[in-house]
Amino acid sequence: MNLHYDVPGDDYALAGAASAEVKKNLKLLGIPPELIRKAIIAMYEAEINMIIHAGGGKADVTITPESVRIAMKDEGPGIADIDLAMREGYSTASDEARGMGFGSGMGFSNMKRNSDSLSVISLPGEGTLVEIRIDLKEGSP
Amino acid sequence: MNGYFHSVALREDKCRGCTSCISTCPTEAIRVRKGKARIILERCIDCGECIRVCPSQAKIADTDPLKAIRDFDYRVAVPAPSLYGQFKVSFSPDHILTALKKLGFDDVFEVALAADYVARELREYAVSSEHLKPLISSSCPAVVRLIQVRFPSLLNHVAKIKSPMETAGRIVRNLIHRDKRNLGIFFITPCPAKRTSIKASLSVEESALSGAIALRDIYVPLRNAMTGLQRPERLAFASGAGIGWAGSDGEAFSAGIAGTLTVDGIHRVIGVLECLENGSLKEVNFIEAMACPGGCVGGPLNAENPSLARSRIRNRAETPGGGNAGAPRFSLDSGFFAWEKTLLSRPVMPLSDNVSNALERLQEADSITAKLPGLDCGSCGSPSCRTLAEDIVRGTAEDTDCIFVLRERIRRLTMEMVELEEKLPPSIAPRS
Repeated sequence: MNLHYDVPGDDYALAGAASAEVKKNLKLLGIPPELIRKAIIAMYEAEINMIIHAGGGKADVTITPESVRIAMKDEGPGIADIDLAMREGYSTASDEARGMGFGSGMGFSNMKRNSDSLSVISLPGEGTLVEIRIDLKEGSP
Repeated sequence: MNGYFHSVALREDKCRGCTSCISTCPTEAIRVRKGKARIILERCIDCGECIRVCPSQAKIADTDPLKAIRDFDYRVAVPAPSLYGQFKVSFSPDHILTALKKLGFDDVFEVALAADYVARELREYAVSSEHLKPLISSSCPAVVRLIQVRFPSLLNHVAKIKSPMETAGRIVRNLIHRDKRNLGIFFITPCPAKRTSIKASLSVEESALSGAIALRDIYVPLRNAMTGLQRPERLAFASGAGIGWAGSDGEAFSAGIAGTLTVDGIHRVIGVLECLENGSLKEVNFIEAMACPGGCVGGPLNAENPSLARSRIRNRAETPGGGNAGAPRFSLDSGFFAWEKTLLSRPVMPLSDNVSNALERLQEADSITAKLPGLDCGSCGSPSCRTLAEDIVRGTAEDTDCIFVLRERIRRLTMEMVELEEKLPPSIAPRS
């Protein structure tokens, strides 16, 4: 099944609404709890990133008995150096903000840890597409 | 024990089928059918929300009557800390416990004192790196059951330490009164979930307690016993911190764990557990989650107003006492507190036990939802339009249970009848 959500970019109080809906659906489907948790941690992280850095965007989720695929697309500033951004501990937050607990630099590495496949395509100035896949069956591609 | 034991039950004669309870239930465990509320046993977590909201007092907690203690030769009362919130602080704990004893008990042992011991164990448990953080307190049984039903991925966060109630029961049965025969130990309870923990424990094979008596059932006799009382016995040994467990924050304060988050009220607990599932509570070490507003003093089986009771508990907790001075001494090792059972999920929410089948049903439920009015009026007997759609695909409801759908069907049928009425067979002459 396909689910589509518009992620608003201006209200942090609504952050996580799309992942909350997806979570509800995954629970109704009886997906194993630990796989739901992976999918939701990864999607929530992407959703928050989209709100904070890119002014919102769109989330498209495809669920089949084999996998959960999450595509998060924004038209934000993009990421100049994806390899660098993927590195654990990397963050654009200032040292001062980091001292206060922001920008722990766990974003993409956290998504990667909680997914079976993560792809990030970004064009500076045009936007970013993050694709997350969680396999529901062992050994599926 | 097979099946599901519950302490929350319905008095059919009092239920008016008003649907107040169905929308507040945190696990969507109630439906109105044939004019009466029905509890779906597999889903009920005994939180007592429905008892709190029922305007007809039709939802009841199936606790033991005081006379149940007569079945035992030696009777011990183990009162919940919230008992101390039911009376003005001018009545000392000794006073309250002495009066409680007068109701027919041979001895009393405070759950608040057991809470002091549990707090120490909890502090050590929380320090150990073996346990996944944040830990979720297991002292509220409704919260643990909520996690089983709605948040199975968080089961390994639950602190597997026996509750103060079970700890008190074990101390009485295995240490203080091990020589007594036909020993009856009764918890004086503010909450139905605790009774379920005695009859169908999640933590131990068999509870040390014999039963649970609702606090509100003994409130009047206890009050009467207190007024005539001259010289109270020395029975209370719990510290202020132990008594503080009756209110939210009490456990966290008593255990003294750094980085705690306290949440009370089952719907707010759900909000916090959602955050934890999203991975957004990394700065938290320990979650004290209580199903009732204000903590156990807000339990549906209390007699006194919860806010007043909480204020009294605060007062008592802050009054400098002698700590546990004079308390009976035991050496309780970690093994004493450890759970005997593995905590399992209760997967009752999925639409099917087969993902492909559930996917079909979910899509069907989505298209049914789109045709429903979205008012969540409850007239169909399900908590929301969405739940009705899920009930329909599960085969336990029909779309015409919705009065709006039913009305639309009647309207269409009426129009069809009017249309047919205008048609005239050729053999009949039109009326002039």
